[in-house]
Amino acid sequence: MATEAKTPELIVSVSPHVRGDETVGRIMWTVNLSLLPAFIMSVYYFGPLAAYVTGLCIVTSVLFEHFYQVSLKKKSTIGDGSAFLTGLLLGLNLPPSVPFYIPVVGSLVAIIITKLLFGGLGYNIFNPALIGRAFLLISFPKLMTIWSEPTAQFVALDAKTTATPLGILKEGGIAKLVEVFGDKTDLYMNLLMGSRAGSLGETSVIALLIGAALLMYRGYITWHIPFSFLATVGVMAWALGGDSGFFTGDPLIHLLSGGLILGAFFMATDYVTCPSIRKGQIIFGIGCGAITMMIRLKGGFPEGVMFAILLMNCFAPLIDRSVKARMFGAIKEKKEQKK
Amino acid sequence: MSKTATFERGIHPKYHKELASEKSIARAALPDRIVVPVSQHIGAPAKPEVVIGDEVKRGQVIGSTTGFVSSPIHSSISGKVIAIADFPTSVGKMVQSIVIESDGKDEPVVFNENPDYAGLSPDDIKTLIKDAGIVGMGGAAFPTNVKLSPPKEKRIDTVIINGAECEPYLTADHRLMAEHPKEVVEGLKIIMKSLGVKEGHIGIEENKPDAIEAMRSAVACETDIKIWPLEVKYPQGAEKMLIRAIKGREVPSKGLPMDVGAVVQNVGTALAVYEAVRFGKPLIERVVTITGTGIKEPANMMVRIGTLMSDVIEQCGGLVEGAVKVISGGPMMGFAQWTLDVPVVKGTSGILVMAHDEYVSSDEYSACIRCGSCIDVCPMGLNPSILSIYAEKGFFEDAKENNLFDCFECGSCAYVCPAKRPMVQFMRLAKSQVKP
Ligand code: SF4
Ligand code: SF4
Repeated sequence: MATEAKTPELIVSVSPHVRGDETVGRIMWTVNLSLLPAFIMSVYYFGPLAAYVTGLCIVTSVLFEHFYQVSLKKKSTIGDGSAFLTGLLLGLNLPPSVPFYIPVVGSLVAIIITKLLFGGLGYNIFNPALIGRAFLLISFPKLMTIWSEPTAQFVALDAKTTATPLGILKEGGIAKLVEVFGDKTDLYMNLLMGSRAGSLGETSVIALLIGAALLMYRGYITWHIPFSFLATVGVMAWALGGDSGFFTGDPLIHLLSGGLILGAFFMATDYVTCPSIRKGQIIFGIGCGAITMMIRLKGGFPEGVMFAILLMNCFAPLIDRSVKARMFGAIKEKKEQKK
Repeated sequence: MSKTATFERGIHPKYHKELASEKSIARAALPDRIVVPVSQHIGAPAKPEVVIGDEVKRGQVIGSTTGFVSSPIHSSISGKVIAIADFPTSVGKMVQSIVIESDGKDEPVVFNENPDYAGLSPDDIKTLIKDAGIVGMGGAAFPTNVKLSPPKEKRIDTVIINGAECEPYLTADHRLMAEHPKEVVEGLKIIMKSLGVKEGHIGIEENKPDAIEAMRSAVACETDIKIWPLEVKYPQGAEKMLIRAIKGREVPSKGLPMDVGAVVQNVGTALAVYEAVRFGKPLIERVVTITGTGIKEPANMMVRIGTLMSDVIEQCGGLVEGAVKVISGGPMMGFAQWTLDVPVVKGTSGILVMAHDEYVSSDEYSACIRCGSCIDVCPMGLNPSILSIYAEKGFFEDAKENNLFDCFECGSCAYVCPAKRPMVQFMRLAKSQVKP
């Protein structure tokens, strides 16, 4: 009717008209940042080779994603930081001294097969980095189990390669493990700081916990998965992991060893492949913990975190479907039905 | 008096209330013309009672009810009917509207005052409310007299006045409570009487301390009415959330507040009820917050129903350079406008103008990364993630089975979604494809 001239072009869209600040990119890059302490510690203990292996994983992951999407005339999504994260996690899950083709093949399997062929971020069933690693472990079992000694302080054996704490535990029991590290306090301290053989980024528990604290502070991960995962591992280690009968195990050794901390805080919590309802996440965490301990105590491998998470990934959709958040007004309804 | 009450989940958006919260309610200028849609409420539209050329006065009925759930409409100025035709409205639909040109005199009809309204019977009160054309002024615009006439088998024991005003930016209810607390309380008492209810509550979010203070002193001598400071959290002012916060009762899925014995009325509605019963004044004006970074001088204004938004915006200094979005209502549930030539109606709580830097595009979104944020905030305890995926993929029946129809489109899920998914759009799409 009136004032046509002064009216600007108005944008019409559906409510809400304000949005929060969180974006996928911001979350993913924060997770990348939270792994920086662990990365630094890996370079400290395992030398420049660590940076090379992890860097190669990151570069190849990002490039695979970019060229796959560009060749399909899709928008490249490497800016969201998730391909970077997959590469970073894959790198941190590799032994320190692997030939160059290991990171390349790992990235290929993780990014192309596990993520993009399933539809990209949000549609993948399995954690891409873990599938990459599982593939490598099965295809190159020798190369994937050569563990270098951390060069910084650890000098119990003079060979350049050694066994991981869980490997020693499996072969020689707890007595042998303590003997290798000197005494129990040294053992715990070395496990905590990361001065032990293992995958690049899994060894320094303290560095990983700093990163995890950042993620929890930002609310990007909650306690549900990591704590139920760790608690289950702890309880099972104590109850079943002892050399002299039930309830004599040492839960601390199991909690501080292997890829547990890295897995529980950074891999099992992967949004896409874990349940999204909190109650379901607790079930998921317990499942991860139980499978991990079954493999560690009874299985053929010394470590079970990777397979445990991958196995539970399959169940995530099912868990989400069977637990429901408590619906508003639901209590009343049930009561009425009972009457 | 009492602890901070609240509900489960919800979000903490940026409120920006400071833009208008200190602005006293100013009276908008007499408009040159008004456009009064026959349907401003839920239910049957009113039937025009005037023809082109008729002279009308302020407060005169120009459209009458056509059913039980319906509401009459009145002229808010004196002047001449110059058109009765379809015009755009703030909800995006074209609606038959009566256009009246002002004669500049603003002559009122004679209102039937009731100085002794305390002696009125519940039925008298409901008739007065109905004749005054009062509807819910918080946005839903459900005819108030219908809400006050629940079926016999529903026992109502509580009336709650909704002063939460949880939508960011809006401050109309805030100013109303701060400036007219007595009238709001009288309105509440009248509503309680019409329902035969002994228990009255007024819920106000804690970010309005002056309103809480004013209301507290207004009820100092009332033993049956309690003021509840509420946690500042969206959507605290949704009926179901408010009842939960104050009474701890949960309206059952698919149910109504009356199923748990409660009736909720907005602050503005309480004031309108008081004015209708005491002074015989129909609902012809309301407080509107005109705010946002896209408006030169944010304000709270008493605006006559039918005044065009363009008119009101002009009185607030006009739009700033680069204003891109005009919203009727609040930013969480309001409607974006394509033209400013739409009238302020009974349910218009705010006119929000966004400048470019404030506006967030929702055109680009990505797949759900299943982060669970939306599940953590949905006040109804739904799984918005899975609902949006079902809607996206066309599995509408599955969405329905996952309680799609309990979603009241509050937008909390869309607010937090890091993938910027248009969640409310998905919900509406799915709802339009299946029967409840
Ligand atoms: S819009 Fe619907 S699904 Fe989303 S948070 Fe609100 S009620 Fe829940
Ligand atoms: S907030 Fe968005 S990305 Fe996260 S689960 Fe919900 S819909 Fe998916």
